[in-house]
Amino acid sequence: MYVEVREINKTFGDFKASDHVSFGIEKGKLAALLGPSGSGKTTILRIIAGLESADSGDVLINGKTVNRLSPSERGIGFVFQSYALFRYMTVAENIAFGLKVKKQPADKIKERVAELIGLTDLTGLEKRYPNELSGGQRQRVAFARALAPEPGLLLLDEPFAAIDAKVRKELRQWLREMIHKVGITSIFVTHDQDEAVEVADQIMVMDKGRIEQTGVPYEIYKEPKTAFVAGFVGNPVILESFEGLKGFEKGEFTRAIIRPEFVEAFKSDNPHFKDIIPFAQEGVIRDILFRGSSLELKIDVGGVLLTTHRSLERRPVEVGEKMNVIIYRLYAIQGNETKLLENQDLKKIDPDNKRMESYLYGDGGYFTT
Amino acid sequence: MKFTAAKGKSNPRVIPGFGLTLGTTLAFLSLLILIPLASVLVYSFSLTPTEFWEILLSESVVWSFVTTIGCALIAALINCVFGTILAWTLVRYDFPFKRLLDGLIELPFALPTAVAGITLSKLFSDQGFFGAPLARIGIRVSYTHLGIITAMVFIGIPFVVRTVQPVLSKLDPQFEEAAYCLGASPARSFFRVVLPELRPALLTGFGLALARGIGEYGSVIYIAGNSAKEHTQVSSYIIMQKLNYLDYEGATAVALVILILSFGLLLFTNIIQIRQARRTGMR
Amino acid sequence: MRKQSKTGKIVLITISTLFVVLMLVIPLISVIANSLSKGLSFYLQSITTKTVLSAIKVTLIATGIALLVNTVFGIIASWLLTRYEFKGKQVLAALIDIPFSVSPVIAGLSYIMMFGRMGWASPLLEALDIKIVFAIPGVVLATIFVTFPFVSREIIPVLNAVGKDEEEAAAMMGAKGFTIFRKITFPHIKWALIYGMILCAARALGEFGAVNALSKTRGETFTLPLEIDALYLSGSSDSIVSAFAVSSLLVIVAVVILVLRSIFEYRGRKTQNTKEARVED
Repeated sequence: MYVEVREINKTFGDFKASDHVSFGIEKGKLAALLGPSGSGKTTILRIIAGLESADSGDVLINGKTVNRLSPSERGIGFVFQSYALFRYMTVAENIAFGLKVKKQPADKIKERVAELIGLTDLTGLEKRYPNELSGGQRQRVAFARALAPEPGLLLLDEPFAAIDAKVRKELRQWLREMIHKVGITSIFVTHDQDEAVEVADQIMVMDKGRIEQTGVPYEIYKEPKTAFVAGFVGNPVILESFEGLKGFEKGEFTRAIIRPEFVEAFKSDNPHFKDIIPFAQEGVIRDILFRGSSLELKIDVGGVLLTTHRSLERRPVEVGEKMNVIIYRLYAIQGNETKLLENQDLKKIDPDNKRMESYLYGDGGYFTT
Repeated sequence: MKFTAAKGKSNPRVIPGFGLTLGTTLAFLSLLILIPLASVLVYSFSLTPTEFWEILLSESVVWSFVTTIGCALIAALINCVFGTILAWTLVRYDFPFKRLLDGLIELPFALPTAVAGITLSKLFSDQGFFGAPLARIGIRVSYTHLGIITAMVFIGIPFVVRTVQPVLSKLDPQFEEAAYCLGASPARSFFRVVLPELRPALLTGFGLALARGIGEYGSVIYIAGNSAKEHTQVSSYIIMQKLNYLDYEGATAVALVILILSFGLLLFTNIIQIRQARRTGMR
Repeated sequence: MRKQSKTGKIVLITISTLFVVLMLVIPLISVIANSLSKGLSFYLQSITTKTVLSAIKVTLIATGIALLVNTVFGIIASWLLTRYEFKGKQVLAALIDIPFSVSPVIAGLSYIMMFGRMGWASPLLEALDIKIVFAIPGVVLATIFVTFPFVSREIIPVLNAVGKDEEEAAAMMGAKGFTIFRKITFPHIKWALIYGMILCAARALGEFGAVNALSKTRGETFTLPLEIDALYLSGSSDSIVSAFAVSSLLVIVAVVILVLRSIFEYRGRKTQNTKEARVED
């Protein structure tokens, strides 16, 4: 582990910002601290940077405890949410600043600045001032400036928050590629699950100062360990009661979390689904939202409002139309525990889930017409 | 008062220089301002309470307080009215010489008080440019309370304009437009919608103008006439008189009352500003 | 924009203009008019007497030192109050503003109580053979007192608006305090600093009450406002015109200061506006 955070605790007055936070990140990996606002993710980042000090616990970088070191002695690069570019310095001067204060020889500084300008694709903008740059260009300058002194660890606080939605998508890819190209271990903070899933190698999901789950994006998405994670990722619907849903035993569970992709809605005359019509329930479309590449349907099933996506290529539907609804699976919640429940009825005719896969991916299934 | 880190015991200060700047600031502040002011307090302790009250309750001192506070209050109120009108005009309207008008507001800050004092006194005297026509209709300004108020209005106007102006220019015209759309007349929407928004700034400006009026010396003494009989002596004048007659006990006692009054006003304006900062911070 | 009431606008502009003309412009003009009422040669003679020249000297000394002290203090205090979080910050900020609300006469009195014959520090001064009260140092101290918060008051809002991200970023890269100030902070506060210094100088030149309490010798420790006071109160019509002649010098300085003020404020606002506008995009 290149970076290790051990049992960090931090309170601001009555507010517990960090509660026994521990995680590790391997060298060269890009990790995301993901959580809603107030979850304590920025506090942890600032503690690693040395901008804030923990009440207890240790931060180790490259095997060395850095608790007592000042931010500048920790060998980190920090990209502020606002970027904090020096407004009265040009792009080149901004990038050179960290090298100048380290008293590096002038020719070496020049060389390194040129290298970073090339790397971050800022050629031709060296003499510009920050206010003459676009949001994306500013982010690249901040990135280059943080990298200039060759830190061992790069920390980014909400790196995409100050950029408009369209450019953000491009920059995510750019940042991911750049960080892997440079090979620097990095941690970034975000409240946006898409961003975390798309950019990071590893995600730490945080809530109320605690780490809820650590894992690769796929694990976080497919196997949420806690009720919070299940409810936070994947745009789910949270049900206080799921007694009326066919194929599921409520048992001891108190709540259910259902993602759109767990729900299939089809019309009675659709031949692809004729085998499983007996297991379906009737639902009524209450609302149709156009989501660009697909439709989002809100379907009322016995008083429970479920959400599902529907490909634009499938037959058109209308509000008020009756549909057959099947729920393949759901996350059942008890306390903070979560358990994936499969639809028992479907399981009887298809114990290995093979048929279900064919519904999903075959003709007329979820991912085709 | 303790100057320690706000968050926990070991909060690292990222930007270097805290100790140095705190030390220098406290040293300057103590040596130049706080210790001298405390000396007034210390000296006043050497008076017995009877002596102290005797000085304060003497006729000329009591009347000086009445005159000073009364005139300063009236002047501050006048300034609130005209200050709001000026700020409103400067923020909301465009007209020729607007920037000149805006610049002139600061004149009382830039003009030495003694110069303002002799000039106002001359202008409003019975033979003066303003004084002569006013005298004809029976109004005397120089050497009356009216003169003191005039000088205090002159000296206090920038405080109100300069505190109200920024708030007004930040105030979203949509507030008024909303009120207007709901059918409120411009006057009504001003009093019901704009004025409440301006209240903290107006109170701050009022407090500052009042404090300045109470402490004012240079611009007031020439126009005031300083007659004990007509009660046109302000407290600053009394202090200076007592100093000139080497009556340090008397000067200190009067100064202490004025100081306490000033600190009260300082506290008042600071509380308003802090509360205002919190309120706008919430938004 | 909604339609504005035309009459209301005209009435308000008229009231505002009238107020400014009557209360501010006419007094300004009348100083000049009065000062020239006995001819130009009398004017020139009035402003070159021995006592006036001495007063100019004392005024410049006091203003220069006050400007220096308050600029150094203003920069340090505003850095402290905007770059660090600590307990008692609000109280400290309020204490720095004290001279704004304390009567200048009381400022003068407080130095007498400290350094004067019965002041607690007088034995020390006697031992060191320093004279403060009724001497030039007293005049200087009084001037510093009344202009104490002028510079910091102009810088603090600018530093608050800029935020401390840039300084934090520089510190994280290992820059020392003075480097951070010189390279990062100073460019931001340049105009506000000059503006604050101008206001400080203006107030210092014109200070009357505080200096009046601490200066008693005409021709030696008198500043220009005290000289004006002496001329005016001596009562003869000649000396009153002389008082206005000396006043006109300070009026000219005041007008120059107002012009500079509006130039610097305009420049400061312009740089800040373009900054904000571009950050928005």
